Parts: sequence; C-alpha cells; structure tokens
Amino acid sequence: MPTNFMPSTEEYFRILPELILTLAGVLIMFLEALRKEGQKSNAGGVTLATLVAALIAAVMAGGSPGPAFHDMVFVDGFGTFFRILVLVVGLLTVLSSQSYLERHDAQIGEYYGLLLFSLVGQSLLCVSNELMMVFIGIEISSIASYIMAGFLRDDKRNNESALKYFLLGSFATAFLLYGVAWIYGITGTTNIDGIRQALLNNLPAVPLPAVGAAAALMLVGFAFKVSAVPFQAWAPDVYQGAPAPVSAFMSAGPKAAAFAVFTRVFLTAFGPIANRWEPILWIVALATMIVGNFAALTQTNIKRMLAYSSIAHAGYVLVAIVAHSEAGTAAVMFYLASYAFMNVGAFAAIVDYSRRNEKFVNISDLAGLGQKQPFTASMMTIYMLSLIGVPLTAGFFGKFYIFKAALESDLIWLTVLGLLNSAVAAYYYLRILVVMWMHEPGEAAESAPEASFGVKAVLFGSALATLVLGILPSLVLDFANRSANIIK
Amino acid sequence: MHLWLIPILPLIGFLINGIFGKKLSKPVVNIVAIGSVLLSFAWVLKTFSGLYPLEEAHVEKYFTWISSGTFNIGFDLMIDKLNSILLLIITGVGLLIHIYATGYMAHEEGYYRFFAYLNLFMFFMLILVLGANFLLLFVGWEGVGLCSYLLIGFYFTEKFAGDAGKKAFIVNRVGDFGFALAMFLIFIQFGSLDFATAFHAAEQMPKETSCGILTGICLLLILGATGKSAQIPLYVWLPDAMAGPTPVSALIHAATMVTAGVYMVTRSHAMFNNAPIALEVLAVIGLLTAFFAATIGLAQTDIKKVFAYSTVSQLGYMFLGLGVGSYSGGVFHLMTHAFFKALLFLGAGSVIHGCHHEQEMSQMGGLMKKMPVTAITLFCAGFAIAGLPFTSGAASKDLILEAAYVHHPWMYWLGLLTAFMTAFYVFRALFWTFFGEYRGHAHPHESPISMTAPLMVLAVLSLGGGFINIPHWLESMTHEHHPHVDTLIAMLPFAAGFGGIALAYVMYVLAPGIPEQLASTFSGLYRLIYNKYFVDEAYDAAIVHPLEEGSRELLWKGVDAGIIDGVVNGAGKTSAGIGGVLRRLQSGSIRNYAAWVVAGSILVIVAIGVMGGSH
Repeated sequence: MPTNFMPSTEEYFRILPELILTLAGVLIMFLEALRKEGQKSNAGGVTLATLVAALIAAVMAGGSPGPAFHDMVFVDGFGTFFRILVLVVGLLTVLSSQSYLERHDAQIGEYYGLLLFSLVGQSLLCVSNELMMVFIGIEISSIASYIMAGFLRDDKRNNESALKYFLLGSFATAFLLYGVAWIYGITGTTNIDGIRQALLNNLPAVPLPAVGAAAALMLVGFAFKVSAVPFQAWAPDVYQGAPAPVSAFMSAGPKAAAFAVFTRVFLTAFGPIANRWEPILWIVALATMIVGNFAALTQTNIKRMLAYSSIAHAGYVLVAIVAHSEAGTAAVMFYLASYAFMNVGAFAAIVDYSRRNEKFVNISDLAGLGQKQPFTASMMTIYMLSLIGVPLTAGFFGKFYIFKAALESDLIWLTVLGLLNSAVAAYYYLRILVVMWMHEPGEAAESAPEASFGVKAVLFGSALATLVLGILPSLVLDFANRSANIIK
Repeated sequence: MHLWLIPILPLIGFLINGIFGKKLSKPVVNIVAIGSVLLSFAWVLKTFSGLYPLEEAHVEKYFTWISSGTFNIGFDLMIDKLNSILLLIITGVGLLIHIYATGYMAHEEGYYRFFAYLNLFMFFMLILVLGANFLLLFVGWEGVGLCSYLLIGFYFTEKFAGDAGKKAFIVNRVGDFGFALAMFLIFIQFGSLDFATAFHAAEQMPKETSCGILTGICLLLILGATGKSAQIPLYVWLPDAMAGPTPVSALIHAATMVTAGVYMVTRSHAMFNNAPIALEVLAVIGLLTAFFAATIGLAQTDIKKVFAYSTVSQLGYMFLGLGVGSYSGGVFHLMTHAFFKALLFLGAGSVIHGCHHEQEMSQMGGLMKKMPVTAITLFCAGFAIAGLPFTSGAASKDLILEAAYVHHPWMYWLGLLTAFMTAFYVFRALFWTFFGEYRGHAHPHESPISMTAPLMVLAVLSLGGGFINIPHWLESMTHEHHPHVDTLIAMLPFAAGFGGIALAYVMYVLAPGIPEQLASTFSGLYRLIYNKYFVDEAYDAAIVHPLEEGSRELLWKGVDAGIIDGVVNGAGKTSAGIGGVLRRLQSGSIRNYAAWVVAGSILVIVAIGVMGGSH
C-alpha cells in the first residue's frame, strides 16, 4: 500500500483524456437542456473540440508513462496507442454523424453526449490495469452504445437493434464479472499484474481447473465484445439495425478497446496458463474467420455484409493473439488501426447515400455509383481493396504482420487456413466494386445527393490513412513494435 | 540539405495537374509544371553549391520504409559526385524540355495530362538517382518505366502508339526481371541493399577470375541495363517508342531514362571492378549495339527513327566505356549525349511541328531558309555527335575510344568505324532535311520562341559542354588512370567525323543520285538494313507468336477455361452453400442467440478449465 493516499497531480494528468471527455459530455447535456426551442445546436463543434483536446491529452499522458490511482490505471505505450485510436474513431464518427442526425431530426446534443461517454469507457479500458476497472470501462462504454444503437426511437429496426444488443451484452458481461469473481477468489487480487505474479509464484499449488474456468468465463465476455464465434450472433442484427454512423463507430471503436483489454488480460494475467487457452482460442479464431467470411458471401445488405466482414476481421486479430508474442501484439495494434480506417470509411460511404430512413442500403443500390459519384466510389474502392488486403493498402500490411507473427510462433495451419479465408473474402468485397463500376446506374445512384462535407472529409481522411499505412507502414509499426511489451 | 525536396516538388506538380488539371487553364498548368521543375532545379543547384566539392557522399536518412526480420530498408537519399551530375542534367535539361513542350503540345488534346505525366516522370527519375539503396533505385526504375509507357502511348487513340507503349513495357519486364534477381542475390550475399554496405563488402572480395557470385550479380544487372538502356538484345522497344510526343523522346528516350542503366552500372562499379568477366560482356554488348544500331541508322527515312537508332548506338558507346574500365568516360558521354541528343530530338520536333506533323524526310528538304534557328542549332548538335574537334561529343567519345584502344585495339577500330557511320547518317538526315528544294506539300514555318529558346541553350551546351571536366571531377571516386595513346590514335576520330560529313555532303547535296544507285546495286544488303535486320520479325516468330498461341490454346482454353474455371466455380458454389447454411442459423430470435452464447460458454469452460493444459 502506498503511504500517500492522495493521488498526485501526475496521476490526474494520466487520466486527463477521460476527465476532459466526461466533463465535456456533462457540459453538452447541460447546454442541450438550456437550449431554446428552434435554436441551432452547437454540440457537434463542442464535441470535435473536446476530442481534439482529449487527443492532445492522450499524447501528452503517453509522454509520462506510469501507474495512477493505486495501479487501477497504468499508462503505457500500448494503452496510449489504443487511446489515440478510439479517439480518432470518435472524431471520424462525429464528422460522419452530423448530416445523418439532421436528416432524421434527431436530438443531436444527447447523441454527442452519449458518444463522449462511450469514449470515456473505451479510453479507460485501454489503460486499465485492474479487472474491476475493466468491468467499469466495459459498462460505461456499452451502456452508451446500447442507447446509441437505438437512437432513432421511432424506428423499429433501431429499437430491435438496441434491445438485442442490451440483452445479449448484459448476459455476456455477467460471464465476465463472474470470471473476475473467480480469479479474485483464487489469487486474492484483481490487479492484472498481480494475478500474473500470483499465478507464477504458486503455479504448482493453484487449482488449475478453477483458474482455467475463470479465464474461460472472462474469455466469453471478451469474445462477445469482439464478436468472436460462437458469440457473434448479435453483431449482424445490431449493425444492420443501428443508424449507419453508429454501426461504423461500434465496429471500430469499442471493438479496438475490447481487443486492447482482451490482449492485455490474456497475455499478462493469464500468460502463465497460456497452454490452456491457446488451443481453444486457435479454434475460436479459425471459426470466427470462417463464419464471418462465408456468411458475408450471401448477404445483400451492405451493413450486414460489413458486419460479417467485421467478424471475419476479428478472426484475423485473434490469430495474432494466439501467436502470443511481441510481434503478435504489434500486429494486433497495427491491424486494428488499419481496420478502423477502412471500416469507418466503408460505413461512412453509405451514411448520406442511404437517404432518410436508410432507404438504400442494399449492395445492388450501389449500381453505377462510379459513374454518378466518382469520388465516393473511388474512396470506397480503396477501402474494399484494403479490406481484401491488396498491397499498397493498410490491409495488406495488417494481414502480413499478423500472419508473419503467426508463422514465427509456428502456427502454420492457422496461417494457411487464414490465408485461404482471405481469398474467399475477396469475392464479396470485389462484388461491391463490380456493382459500383460496371453496372448501369439504378434508381438509387440516379437520385443520389451530394455527400455532406463532414462525410466527404471522413471518406478522404480514411482513404488517405489507408494508403499511407499501406505505403509507409513503419510510421505506425515502429511505435507498435516499441510498445508491444505489455508485461511489466 | 533537405534532399527530399528535389523529387517532391515535381510530385506536387503531378498531383495538382493530375487531379485539378482538367479545370485549370493552360497558363496555370504551365506554371505548375514548369515551376515545380524550376524549383527542383534551383534546389539541386543550392544543394550542389552548398556541398561543393562533395568529396564525401552526403546521405540523408528519413525513416524506416520496410522492416521485416533482418530485411531493413530505409527511405534514404544521397548525393555524391556521380549523381550530382545526373541531378543537374535531369532537372536542367528537363526544365528546358518542359518549356519546349509548352510550345510543342500547345494544340494537343490532354494538355494537362501530358504535363502531369511529365512531372511524375521527373519524380521517379529523381528518386532513381537519389536513392541510397537498390530498392529505392528500383522504385524509380519501375516508376520511370511506367511513365515511359504512359507517354509513349500518349496518343492512345492511335493503335501504333498503344502497341509501342506495350512493347516498351513488356520488353522492359525482361530486363527488370534480371534486375530483381540481382537484388535478391545482393541481399543474400551482403545482407543489405544499402549501397554503402553492399559496395564496401564487394570491394573486400577478391577479383573473380572465373564465374562467381559477383559475376552473377553483375550479369543480371547488365540484363536489367540492356532493357532500360536499349542494348542488344533488348533494344527493340526504343525505336518504336518514338510514337510518343517528341519532347518525351528527347527527355525520356534520349537524355535521362535510357541512361539509367549507365548510372546503375557506374554506381555499382565496386562490384563490376571485381567481376572482369561481366565487364568484358558489357563492353562487347555496348560495342556491338553501337555498331549495329549505326548501320540501321544509315537507311532510315523517318527523321525521328534516325535519331532513335543513333541513341541506341550512342548508349552502346557509353557501355563500351564502362566495360573497358572508363567509368568517367561513360558518364561524361552520358552528359554530352544528354545535351546534343536532346537538341537533335527537340530540333527534329521543331521540324515536325513546322511541317505539320510530317516525319518522313522525303517530304522535307530546303528547310534551312524557312527554319533558320532550328537548322543552325541542329547543325551544332550534328557537329557534336560527329565528334568534331572542340565540341562536347569529341571530348567524351575520344575518351571512350582511347580507353577501348588500350583495352583491345579491335574495339577501337570498330568504334572508329561506328563514329564514321554516325557522322554520315546524322548529316545525311540534316542535309536531306535542310538542303536542296522543299519536297513536301505543307507550309513550313519557324517554331515559336518557347521552342527555339531551349534549342539555343542546348546548342551552346552541345558545343561547349565538353569543357566541363567530368573525368577530373570523378577521379577521386572511380580511381581510374587515364591512358595515354599515340597522337594518331587520338586524332583519327576527328578524321572519321569529317570524313562522314564529307561523304554525306557528296551523296546528298552534290550528287543526290548516288544513294538510289547504291540502294539498287546492293539491294539485298539495303533491304536487310532498311528492315532493321528483321529482328522484330525474328522476335515475333520465335517468342511472341508461340507465346500467343500457347496462351490461347493451352492456357486459356485448356488450363483456364477447363481446369481453373471448373475449380473456381465449384469452390464458389460450395462457399455459397456454406454461406446459406450459416444464414439459416442466424434466425434473428434473441432466445436462440442466448442459447448459442450458453452453448459456447460451456464449450469454452470445459475446454480450458477441465480438459486444457498439460500440467
């Protein structure tokens, strides 16, 4: 126990991003309540400014790594990387949401408030060093996401999406919490490093089946959050039903944060019993890739197709976790960063195109987009090529580093099967390109409105990031490699 | 010194003109295109003067580009004595050609596209020359190949232009394949693609008297060079490349890109010095190319084709120089050739422009009075390429021939004969074009100042460029000693030059009937030369045709339609089937999903908790 109970200034500094996000979220809620009827909401601008401030705070906090609040939080390179990533995803979400919300006459202030709260949870998850903190982070992030999924409360699909997400999500979190209770019972601590030490010091004495069960329970909770098979069933329904910008957000931000904490807990706390969970995660990774890719083949709805594709990509990331090495951790980081850009971009492309009440969200509705809106179609092409993993895009190096790490850890069969899977995936991504560029424009393309400035900025920014990461991967990879050692 | 600015500036020009060019007016396109090259040239000058006399190579490392295990490639640029010459040529001559092109291309479709490609070419060419490792050089190497393809096929509505572009691209593939293999070997042997590391290690190795790893690497590099620099056996693409706009022929296919092979070999001299067999091969390839290309040049009637074969021939001289150990001679000739050959092409372009896109010399004649500036500047270039005393061409060519004499006298004599033919066919073209009576049906006129001004600058450089003492400049780098030969041996090339000009004067001005008589007397030989020894036809019969047939019958109808399509369709059906099953499992009912979660949890708990582990 530290002698000084009062946290130092430095410790506050280390959670400054969360502080900024929380205060701004509350402030926005207040401003909305005070806003007069008919007055234009400026919540979007405030949110953007907040996110920029939080980003700066996250970078600065990353400059002075260390623990805070009795080891509840530990700021390191790994956590900083993911903090920045979720904040950037938040930034892209704000930019792509504005026109959508205005079109649906939605309560803009509440939406941004919820987004900020959700980001608080995610940002906290990235740096938490404590299972209780992990639980709290997941809950803060999830509850806000549940509401956002059903944000247009008059829309039946929104309601269904939110309810499903909430019921199944709570169910899965219960597993997680139960696992935390078990591990506390066995090791007497909920600190992630503490658990590792306890397991390492008393390995012969600890009841391995019980530790295994605890790990399994937590695995269920995390696997649900990252939509790994067999806990993926919610994702397609929820992504399809939720508003398009929210789907974009959910498939990138919360997922990245969940993967961050998943990696941290399993490689650190449960590292000593890796030979127990690695085989099952091997199967889960493979099953996730297979189910995601094959189910995506037959989809007709773009959002649903992207949901399955996001399941498949979770499978690739799991391969890197199974690799269980620093190279694997770096690959997880690089992959999630590149995946965030191409996926948010792909969802953003349909935000304005789908029109009010998301009328046009079928793949066939994209027919002739290349002729009518060459900019959107070109950007979409870049994302699709990157999702396939074509060289010169981020997706290529993402897969390259994952499978390289897997090979270095002698996961030859998983690599082979994973690569075969990505060949299957090429089909459903290329189909979008064919429809966009080679089909004659249909009703949807003929009547398509010009995308709003915010959406265009997101499209361009994501495509640029996708290409930059694909041409100069070391810009991000060097940092990832330096911060891949998460075991203290 | 911010070397990165040098290539980035044209890249910015490319992006602006490439993306917004359609909406920009011509003056704005001009300002962007010329301005970016001008700034780049200015930056080269500033860097050069700042680092003068450049005794040590100056390397700037920016970031790690690719890192995978032991394979580390940095984005490193460098400048030293060798590439500073090329930088000055590329940006300087490039600037002149950009200015010229604003006049030449004034009435063409796709004006902005042309300048965007031209800027992109500058970017890749500068990367090629500035790169401090083989991979960056290769990036530039491939990039200039791409731009060359795009620009040769610039008039893509014409079938011959598209075909010529494809030919250039495909033939270069063969060379690039050799280059890529060479890089693999270099990495295996030296563990690095960095120039500094690889060359330092190569210098420590013993001279290979029989075939060894260095000889292998160097021979593969030579294969790469024969593709890019149009040498036997891969020279066939360059004459066809004249289908592109003339400024492109001047910039890419005379002054800069085609000399990339010379640069690459000189850059790797540390390896070549220890691989004498490869050097010997290089010398023979260069000499034979110089000789055969010159003979073909004797009988061409298209003014651009004549200069195209003369480019192939002069590049042969450069390789001869490198092969006989006179690296500085090769690079010196690279520079002087950039001046006079760019001038020859630009001048030819001016003639073509003035004659309303006529390229056949039989439709010209008597243009001296109508286009005096073009004519006088072109004659300056002619004197230089013929190697008359005190011109730039004389200085560099003599250096090569003297080195060849010391190496093997027969190489000197064949080179001398080539020099005689060169003077003859170049002046044959000039006399035919500018003397006598006008034979065409257009109304030739002098070109605008934007075109003639670059001609005049280049004319001065062609005559006086030989006083830039490149051999002395490179002495500390290549450590070669300059041979001393008899005065007679040193003087004979002048005689060859004068003799060739005199013969051309007799045959095409004094007694214009002689050429036809000769052609009918030696009709077999004439046809052989006129048809370029039927090399294209031979390649068609031996390589292209069998490949096409094999692709169509065996690969397309047999392998692709039969086997691959069958497998793909089968796999597709199976995949769709699996997808369908998965789709039915996704019922949409939440109770169902919860049941999946429970089932999965039991599975995981049992697997990890009860069964897992081997403790």
